[in-house]
Amino acid sequence: MSIRLYIWQRVTAALLVPMICVHVAVIFYAMRRGLTAADILSRTHGSVAWALFYGTFVVIAAVHGSIGIRNVLAEWSPLTDRAAGITAAIFGTTLVVFGFRAVAAVVLV
Amino acid sequence: MLSTEPLLKVSLWRGGRDGGFQAYQVPQYENQTVLDVVTWVQRHIDPALSYRFACRVGMCGSCAMTVNGRPRWTCRTHISAVAKDGAVEIAPLENFPVIKDLAVDMQPFFEKWQAAKGVFAPSKTRRDEMVALRPGSVGRIAVDQAIGCINCGVCYAACDTVRWNKDYLGPAQLNRAWTLVNDVRDAENTERLRAVASKGGCLSCHSHQSCQEYCPIGLNPTASIAGLKRRTVQAFFKGTISA
Repeated sequence: MSIRLYIWQRVTAALLVPMICVHVAVIFYAMRRGLTAADILSRTHGSVAWALFYGTFVVIAAVHGSIGIRNVLAEWSPLTDRAAGITAAIFGTTLVVFGFRAVAAVVLV
Repeated sequence: MLSTEPLLKVSLWRGGRDGGFQAYQVPQYENQTVLDVVTWVQRHIDPALSYRFACRVGMCGSCAMTVNGRPRWTCRTHISAVAKDGAVEIAPLENFPVIKDLAVDMQPFFEKWQAAKGVFAPSKTRRDEMVALRPGSVGRIAVDQAIGCINCGVCYAACDTVRWNKDYLGPAQLNRAWTLVNDVRDAENTERLRAVASKGGCLSCHSHQSCQEYCPIGLNPTASIAGLKRRTVQAFFKGTISA
């Protein structure tokens, strides 16, 4: 692993920890308050704050996850480093696309 | 040979990596080490048995083998501590090419030692003043905690990353590099950081800590490698080394 990828993976991990805590806290809040899907969407629709939070979350998770996938493929599969990198980039791009689609569905009115 | 001692059931690996275990019976004594057992088989049953040892007192790092599935230094491992139901299985170290029987080829190990720049590079000549090393300095404490490695190869045999990644330099090699990175007398630390930050270097370590768990003299190569990771990142941000 190159130093640049190593730093990206560590930095994104450090950012993901508090964001995951917020994400899990929101899940607990919604469950314990018995919020319906309609209740949740009424709060998130048009919310710039939730759009920014989950938009950032998607990008950071995609970068972190794709570097990890690249390492797994490079170590455990017969793929070359270059092929592992391309596969991981496709994986990360897919995460970003589906992640943004999910965020858009929740925050766009 | 007649013996009144209880007999130990010993399985020894014979042949190359594609070989197999062969069963022997060896008289069991008090304070008997695994190396004693292997030596008894060679002296009394099969002179063709190949294995490696030198000092027999835990100094030289020659006699490491896989004992009941765990890499160990055999001269300091008592049979009584490892035998299960009067039986013990002894194989060559994992992650090394097998020369024959219990003897492995250490060449890849020491080639990686060189690749990690594990050789001291002097910064002064014999005509210069001796450098005063303060035992309490941060760098010297880091060196002292990692310096006792005897290159037995136990950590290398126990390391999952070595098993998966043929380019990985290995815990003993990176631990050695860490001692030199902290040695104020060394002149090649930029090149050393470049070497350990390259493909297969310290950043490939998964911190499984098998090296620390199995090191017979209680060193912690995982901590040394973590130190190298910090130093390489610092050097990257300073522009001393590139990605």
